[in-house]
Amino acid sequence: MKKYIGRQTVKFANPPSVLAAASVVGPKEGEGPLCDFFDVVSPDVLFGMESWEMAESEMVRRTAALAVQKAGLHMEDIRYMLAGDLLSHNSGSNFGMRSFGRPFFGLYGACSAMGKGLGLGAMLVDGGYAEYVLASASSHFCGAEKTFRFPLELGTQRPPTAGWTVTGCGTVVLAAQGNGPYITAATTGVIVDMGITDANNMGAAMAPAAVDVLINHFKDLNVGPSHYDAIITGDLGFIGRDLLLALMDDAGYDLHKNLGDCGMLIYDRAGQDVHAGGSGCGCSAAVFAGYLLDRMKKREINRLLFVPTGALHSVATVQQGETMPAIAHAVVIENK
Amino acid sequence: MNQSEVAKQEYALLVEQASPGSKVAGNCLRAFLVGGGICVVGQIFKNALLALGMANDDASLVTACILVVIAVLLTSVGLYSKIGKFAGAGAIVPITGFANAITAPAIEYKKEGLVLGVGAKMFVIAGPVIVYGAMASVLVGLFHFFMR
Repeated sequence: MKKYIGRQTVKFANPPSVLAAASVVGPKEGEGPLCDFFDVVSPDVLFGMESWEMAESEMVRRTAALAVQKAGLHMEDIRYMLAGDLLSHNSGSNFGMRSFGRPFFGLYGACSAMGKGLGLGAMLVDGGYAEYVLASASSHFCGAEKTFRFPLELGTQRPPTAGWTVTGCGTVVLAAQGNGPYITAATTGVIVDMGITDANNMGAAMAPAAVDVLINHFKDLNVGPSHYDAIITGDLGFIGRDLLLALMDDAGYDLHKNLGDCGMLIYDRAGQDVHAGGSGCGCSAAVFAGYLLDRMKKREINRLLFVPTGALHSVATVQQGETMPAIAHAVVIENK
Repeated sequence: MNQSEVAKQEYALLVEQASPGSKVAGNCLRAFLVGGGICVVGQIFKNALLALGMANDDASLVTACILVVIAVLLTSVGLYSKIGKFAGAGAIVPITGFANAITAPAIEYKKEGLVLGVGAKMFVIAGPVIVYGAMASVLVGLFHFFMR
């Protein structure tokens, strides 16, 4: 049976259920407006470890273990683990998952990792290749600064367009059977590069990728923005969100009523000095696993279009003056 | 998404309009106050050293050393990054900023070991300043030598 539709969308025949989700965040995220929705707020940014890299992996490990526990399963029940992060060679996920001994796919999609994991995970479950799949995405502020920017103790100023990488991890367990919410469709994004070279303005680099996947999603499924109770992008932040709205207006789609962004939700912009808002794989992952799924369980949102966004540059490509390609993936999550 | 050159130019304009710039006037004022303040502290040390009977050149050298030590200490307890965030160039341009630029990566890369971590990465930010500073001083020296 054909499950693909239009240019780049899949519509699941037996929509996988989100069986359980877990979110673990750092202290700054725990001071933000969504603090009550996260399972664990670590007071220690090192998570009891000795380096930022191992701190992120420990966070990934704890979140995965908690998600499986909340699902009432054992780790042996998980057929595939899909996980992505921002560190070199996906090491946050590789080291975080190494102790579990389960089949593993590392994903790199920068901050779009959770969208990628949910889409691929749902394909694995709906395709009959697994009963239970775990999808995870994480980022750590200190590790990301070290990888992409400057040492933490360097006395510099961040430009107003810069985002703040979330220290957090979100993990979900997808299952062939369950009480929902269900992943009913997913649109895989294409790489879009609109010529942005400023690595301190990632919202601007990513907004066109989100626009592209949204328009193709609407066309493929023949629906409009009002079909959804909420359309939540990953980490465009305040500037990227404004750009997305402007581009969507130009394309004839009105998203003003139901658009939100995880990067805008996770921090208090005025009080937490985060400039353009939250970013990082952990931003959309923790907001989805903690806050958005909670709102779906309470039936405050019944039909969600979740669109994590990622900028696909590296330190080397930025230094070489290359433009910043970006990607976004759209995933539909619905209550029955 | 239309990714033609025209569309990219139009998008660049849209991005420019949507992206707030830095607050230049406030940043300049803070840089002036803090940068000037660091220099005043240095001058106080130098005057004290001169009053103790130290020669002028020696007093300048010892003053620079004292400021570097203070900046290293402030960096290691996490205070210099806060001063830098507040003052911008006011904290980067004085010699204390140079000390911070060497200490910060030394702390950051401690986990990678003394050789490939601290030793190799210590100059990752300050290295270019040393390279081009030394080159500039050679050029100025040659200029001075031939124009004398």
